Amino acid sequence: MTADRVRAVVGVTGELLITAGVVIGLFAVYTLFWTGVETAGEQDDLQREFEAADPQPPEPTAQAAPPETALAPLEVPEPLPGDAYARMRIPRLGEDWSWIIVQGVDLSDLTRGPGHYPDSAEPGQVGNFAVAGHRATYGEPFAHLDRLEPGDEIRVERAGLEHVYRVTTSYITGPDDVDVVAPVPREPGAAPRTEVITLTTCHPRWSSEERLIVHGVLDGTASSTTSSGTES
Amino acid sequence: MYGWIWNHLPGPTPVRVLLTLVLVAAIVALLFTVVFPWAVTWLPGQDVSVE
Repeated sequence: MTADRVRAVVGVTGELLITAGVVIGLFAVYTLFWTGVETAGEQDDLQREFEAADPQPPEPTAQAAPPETALAPLEVPEPLPGDAYARMRIPRLGEDWSWIIVQGVDLSDLTRGPGHYPDSAEPGQVGNFAVAGHRATYGEPFAHLDRLEPGDEIRVERAGLEHVYRVTTSYITGPDDVDVVAPVPREPGAAPRTEVITLTTCHPRWSSEERLIVHGVLDGTASSTTSSGTES
Repeated sequence: MYGWIWNHLPGPTPVRVLLTLVLVAAIVALLFTVVFPWAVTWLPGQDVSVE
């Protein structure tokens, strides 16, 4: 009797351990692979949303407000959190590196793609256009942000314009260093005079200990209908 | 545990196999749509913005 009971307990314990192992294995598959599949699907939807809404807004929402005009962008509806916001291309990260930026930097927004800090400037506007993105999981758009070098192009399309920023600096900072997304990076309260871009992601990859920051400045703006026609 | 479940599934063996597959699929679906999306937020490397 006692031996039977011991055998039963050992058997159930073994089955539970095997189950735990299988669940952990599935979680690894989910994290490393499935989040990327989901994000790719979201990006397909966002791509359509962006192309439908960006050049010619079909139906402005109730919150629609004219974009702050700096370089005569087309009228586009004010995006809601998680909506397609802009298209970003970084040739250094690959010819086909093209992501739809969503509005907002909440975790739920960032599962769809890199997110625009809602309080930061619009692309091409004087001030700081700031974007956060995953460095691991969820398609890992900013996985290799550390490869950017000064002078590298960051192309941002929104409201019928394509803005070309060039990387100036990159560095590691703390997770609470909100001054990097200030209108003048690292000078909170200062009035902006130039158009800058800031990209933030986690550092090291697979950790949230620190943040990797990339800054750039606007180099030029063109109509996206002419410039994206040569897109490869 | 699994033996107990197997013995409590109704029907002949082919039906039990089918039921087992359905149960496993349901559990995996629950993990991928509810449990894992919640659990992944506790992984390091998910915070990419400054705040």
